[in-house]
Amino acid sequence: MTNPLRGEVIRLYKNLLYLGRDYPKGSTYFRERLKAAFMKNKDVTDPVKIKNLVDRGEFVIKELEAMYYLRKYRTLKKRYYEPEH
Amino acid sequence: MSARVLVGVKRVIDYAVKIRVKPDHTGVVTDGVKHSMNPFCEIAVEEAVKLKEKKLFKEVVAVSCGPQQAQETIRTALAMGADRGIHVEVSGKDYEALGPLQVSKILAALAKKEEANLIILGKQAIDDDCNQTGQMTAALLDWPQGTFASEVTMDGEKLKVVREIDGGLETIKIKMPAVLTADLRLNTPRYATLPNIMKAKKKKITTVKPGDLGVDVSSRLEVLNVEEPPQRQAGVKVETVDDLVGKLREAGKI
Repeated sequence: MTNPLRGEVIRLYKNLLYLGRDYPKGSTYFRERLKAAFMKNKDVTDPVKIKNLVDRGEFVIKELEAMYYLRKYRTLKKRYYEPEH
Repeated sequence: MSARVLVGVKRVIDYAVKIRVKPDHTGVVTDGVKHSMNPFCEIAVEEAVKLKEKKLFKEVVAVSCGPQQAQETIRTALAMGADRGIHVEVSGKDYEALGPLQVSKILAALAKKEEANLIILGKQAIDDDCNQTGQMTAALLDWPQGTFASEVTMDGEKLKVVREIDGGLETIKIKMPAVLTADLRLNTPRYATLPNIMKAKKKKITTVKPGDLGVDVSSRLEVLNVEEPPQRQAGVKVETVDDLVGKLREAGKI
C-alpha cells in the first residue's frame, strides 16, 4: 500500500533539491546529505511521524531561504557600503 | 488603478562567484559560470510585486535585454510575482557592447509602448556597477526619478520616496509617471521556489528586437583592457607592542 503522503514527501524532496543549487558548499554536497537524510527515514510508516518529518523539512526550507538572504545582504552591504552604515 | 509597472532585470554573474579575467584581457570569463538575477533587480521586482499586492498597480511587466538565457532571469521575475515578461533579444557583439545608454533607450521605448506608469530598476548591476540606467531612462522620458530608494509609499497621487544618500536619508515627493531605482534596504526579496517557478511557466514572455522599438544599440565605448586588481600583500604578525613599533619604524611610518 503506497502511503498517501508519498506525494508530499517527493514534493518536499524536489523543493529542497532545487534550493540546494545555491548552497554555499556546493549543490553536490547538499544533494548527498539531503538524500542521506531522507533515506534514513525511508521505513517510517506512521502518518503522524511522516507529517512531523515533512514539517521539519518545510522548516529547513525556511531556514535555507533566510540563510541565503542574509548571506547575500551581508556580502552586498560589505561590498557597497561604508563600514559605519 | 489601471496602472502598469515596468521592472528591468539583468542577468549577471552570480554575486558569490569568484570572478576570473580572460587571459586576453578583453573581459571576464562568463562561459560555464553561474549566472543569476542582479541582487538589486531582485529588490526592484519585489517592490513592484508588493505595490501590486497593495492594489496600487494592476500589472507588473518584467523586462530583460540580452541573449536567449535572459529568459531564465525573466522566469525568475515571473516566479516572484510579475505577470508577464518582455525579452529584448540582443546577442553576440551587440550584447557585449550593451550598456546603460542602450538599455535606457530600450526601456524608454518600451515604457511608451506599454503605457507604463512606473519603472523600477535596481540601482546598479553588480557586474559593471554603472548606476546609470535608471537616471538615463528618466532623462530620456523626461520623468521624475527617485533613485537609491529605501522606502516607497503612495501619498495621494504622488509617490513619497525615502532615498539613501551620503548624508543620511532624503525624503522626496514625485509625480507619476516616474522612475525608481532600488537600494539594498528597500525590501527583502522573496525566494523564487520551485512551485512558483512551475506556476510561472504559464505566464507569457514576448520577444522583441531593439530594431522593432526603433532603438540603435551601437555602442560609443570601446573596452581597451580588463585587469584584476593588484594582489594584496600578506600581512606580518608581531609578538609584542615593541616589535610592532620596531616594524613601523623600519617601514618609515613613524
